[in-house]
Amino acid sequence: MDFDAIADRIETRCPGAVLGRFGAPSKDPYVRVAPARLVEVMQVLRDDAELGFEMVVSIAGVDWQRWEPRAPRVKKDEAPPPEPEQPPRRFDVVYHLLAVHRNLRLVVRCACDDDDAPAMPTLTGLYPSADWHERETWDLMGIDFTGHPDQRRILCCEDWVGHPLRKDYEFPKEYHGISAE
Amino acid sequence: MSQLHDTGTIRPTGERELVLDVRTQDMEINMGPQHPATHGVLRVVLTADGEVVTSAVPYVGYIHRCAEKIGESVDYKMFVPYTDRYDYLAAMNNNVGFCLAVEAAGGIEVPPRATWLRMIICELNRIGSHLIAFGTYGMDIGAFTPFLYGFREREWMMSLFEKICGARLTYSYCYPGGVWNDAPEGWFDELLRFCDVFDRKWREYDALLTRNKIFIERTRDVGIVTAEQALASGWTGPCLRASGVRFDLREAQPYMFYDEVSFDVPIGRGEVGTVGDCWDRYWVRMAEMLQCTRIIRQCVESLRKDTVAGEVKTEMKTYRVAPGDAYVGIENPRGELGHWVLADGNDVAYRLKIRGPSFCNLSILPEVLPGTLIADAVAIIGSIDIVLGEVDR
Amino acid sequence: MGVLENTFDENVLTTTVDRIVNWARRSSVWPMTFGLACCAIEMMAVGCAHHDMDRFGAGAFRATPRQSDLMIVAGTVTFKMAEAIRRLYEQMPDPKYVLAMGACATGGGPYYKYGYHVVKGVDRVVPVDVYVPGCPPRPEALIDGLMAIQAKIDRERVIRKRSVSA
Repeated sequence: MDFDAIADRIETRCPGAVLGRFGAPSKDPYVRVAPARLVEVMQVLRDDAELGFEMVVSIAGVDWQRWEPRAPRVKKDEAPPPEPEQPPRRFDVVYHLLAVHRNLRLVVRCACDDDDAPAMPTLTGLYPSADWHERETWDLMGIDFTGHPDQRRILCCEDWVGHPLRKDYEFPKEYHGISAE
Repeated sequence: MSQLHDTGTIRPTGERELVLDVRTQDMEINMGPQHPATHGVLRVVLTADGEVVTSAVPYVGYIHRCAEKIGESVDYKMFVPYTDRYDYLAAMNNNVGFCLAVEAAGGIEVPPRATWLRMIICELNRIGSHLIAFGTYGMDIGAFTPFLYGFREREWMMSLFEKICGARLTYSYCYPGGVWNDAPEGWFDELLRFCDVFDRKWREYDALLTRNKIFIERTRDVGIVTAEQALASGWTGPCLRASGVRFDLREAQPYMFYDEVSFDVPIGRGEVGTVGDCWDRYWVRMAEMLQCTRIIRQCVESLRKDTVAGEVKTEMKTYRVAPGDAYVGIENPRGELGHWVLADGNDVAYRLKIRGPSFCNLSILPEVLPGTLIADAVAIIGSIDIVLGEVDR
Repeated sequence: MGVLENTFDENVLTTTVDRIVNWARRSSVWPMTFGLACCAIEMMAVGCAHHDMDRFGAGAFRATPRQSDLMIVAGTVTFKMAEAIRRLYEQMPDPKYVLAMGACATGGGPYYKYGYHVVKGVDRVVPVDVYVPGCPPRPEALIDGLMAIQAKIDRERVIRKRSVSA
């Protein structure tokens, strides 16, 4: 089952949820899903008899604030390479899914509606493993997963200030009296 | 909140049952962040009713070293030394995983000889990593000898690495585009000698621990994780296979030249207890070590053919990776190590996501620990074989 | 020659209190199992058969600070860990020594510039006696660091003259 067949299947089961399919220059093609429909799409991906994505391998937040892609140099007679998708909002959440028994992979991207207080519905109800991934994304990127049962910082100290992976993050000068410079 | 329990309650702990004939009260035990059985700086707060764990809350992050932030601050070749340091027991595998991701994103070609060398060192490092798992697991259970045995062969393995790249633990041997040095003269002969000796020594380890009565009693039917639980918790690698799921990225989604070598994928069968117990997880690792030497021999054979002679060196140049992204997951000794590289056309990644297998494997603790004995909690944590550097990255 | 000459039988040696106490201390430096990161694996290798730290009397790794004399800080210290390190140090009985093993514990190492969560050297948290460079240090380097600790113990004085002004 290739990527297009998977995307077709999602579109049949959840009409209108897929906002677009994107291939090159991404080596792993992905579907972009509306955040309001995310849980519904994931439910289908997990439970559909033809799909069966049992595992969410990784959840990554992306901050597009300083995204200025620089096109590679090409020779005169060569066609320019395809351009990547223009990010719709400041924050994206990227889900990498794996179907162990069918040996399939799929990437789902979802843009957060609000640039100042990014939020995304949680997947912990569907995938227990999403729990720690979402906590990590909250900790490092500051994306709020609405409905998460236990959204605390996981890697940084509990009273840490800021979300380090944001592009406008400022490094701390000191922490609890220990100089960090 | 400490809760009072009445007398006469029967609490199932795996296969065993405990009859309590006294009034008991919950007690909180703080295990870690500095505890010899947590394999690093993991902290678990256990609530125990007598000897029975009623809840477990793991706290991680004590060695959060900001790998992802560094990944988007330094250029691709400068990040290679940092990859050594998140899963420091399998540094070569991390090097390879990162380089494959950069090469996939940037369309960088690797000479075949370098790929064969990468496979050899990956498998050799897998042996080293499993040897530590074997040794420390024995120590968790209460046997000190496996630890000394495991480190003995590991020293030889490390001297082999030292000959090829100059470092014992943090290698930085692979760079995008190849490896930075060919093997010195006579290295392959010594490697094959190591494989032969190792196969013999493996029987010693096996005799020492595998069928040991005490060891079996401590590990069988303890910490049973079913296939459904394992998949839902995002388990990969030997832990998932011990639960009876045959999924090995080297076999299922071959990268490098793994489709050209033959090897078996050992899975847990519940030989002494139930499928997915601690003994199965131990056994899968043990059985894998023999497959590693088998792969190494085939790699050396392929490498010695004339067709793959030639240069392996990378120029260590700074690559500009065209805008785009790639995710590459490889089979680390602990499971799927994924690198997601998002490039914006510069020589520095715009975003680098590292998916550590230990991070996902560890997240099952709150689910499996309740209902077990405190001593079994140590056995379960040890059997998952975590490296905290990679949990926290 | 002094008054002690020919006072005892032939199999008795005479020495000073300082020297005998220091000899006892230096020959049984018990380290704490304090592995934080990569360096911990090299520390384990030093404890094992090939390098065998026991030859120097320092092979008895204790799992509790209350029984140990030496804290080998083997690995990166983060802000989250700093408080635990300080507490463990305070739980160790005197005389106690700290060995910063590796570049991270010495000064932040490779995480100096972008490691927002890394303490730039364990000496910002607890006092350090000996620094061992390397990333990670070879086992031989750690043994050398241990011998530096022993040399330091040798120079210590147990009995002091009471100061005149007091």
